[in-house]
Amino acid sequence: MSGELWAVIAGCAAVTFAIKAAGPVTLGGRDLPPRFSGVIALMAPALLAAFVVTQALADGERLHVGADTAGVAAAGVVVWRGGSVLPAVAVAVAVTAGLRALG
Amino acid sequence: MSAIVFAGSAQFAAISIVAAGGGVGAAIGAAALMNARFLPMGIALAPSLPGSPLRRAAQGQTVVDASWALANRGDGRFDRHFLFGASAVQYVTWLTGTAIGAFGGDALGDPRALGLDAIFPAFFLALLLPELRDARSRGVALAGALIALALVPLAPPGAPVLAASVAALAGLKRRHARATAA
Repeated sequence: MSGELWAVIAGCAAVTFAIKAAGPVTLGGRDLPPRFSGVIALMAPALLAAFVVTQALADGERLHVGADTAGVAAAGVVVWRGGSVLPAVAVAVAVTAGLRALG
Repeated sequence: MSAIVFAGSAQFAAISIVAAGGGVGAAIGAAALMNARFLPMGIALAPSLPGSPLRRAAQGQTVVDASWALANRGDGRFDRHFLFGASAVQYVTWLTGTAIGAFGGDALGDPRALGLDAIFPAFFLALLLPELRDARSRGVALAGALIALALVPLAPPGAPVLAASVAALAGLKRRHARATAA
């Protein structure tokens, strides 16, 4: 591998370490004011929803509805009807692969 | 790279820039932007991590999307041992997968034909739905989704998810309304 590639890898490792360490180092180990924990409790729905839409409704930097969108929607139905995580993911994969095989 | 960076989307972002002839700085910048989402995730996790700053920095390294989501107990706290365990499993499989891909990737065929790209969004959706217990979390999830979607065509990869964390700030001002309701 070239020296430039190693520089990229080392730089990525350092930057990722710093980002992951920042929150726990500055705020860790103590309870935060209630207003703040209200925000933290809402981080999960905000970030999870963003993960879902950016992966299911977009392809790189453009919006894109495809077989995977249908697969993820099917997984949503499974969970909504009381199914757990693994069956939901299995249904998503099966629907996505099935639609791609057809078309 | 999988061994010491351990953040798939950032690795792909950096490598694709290098492959396209971009510079070292641009590649690292793209990875930083992609990984900036770990900043709000780390802040959310912080109160659940005990010990000295050095220990907390080390524990913070275990955060990846899926284990962060799994360790979330829904009340603003996180199960840190669950987080460590879930990340350890992923670390081993990530390294194994990288090695298989590097040495035998051509034999496996197209992962998209197998529908494997639906795994992560389906998994995150399955974790999201139980979070939507009240009107407030539903509103925040909707706002986060809209912010992220709106930014996808405009912002570089990674930025939309980071920006979506702003929606959680609704927790600041709605606190009074909830206190009266409870």
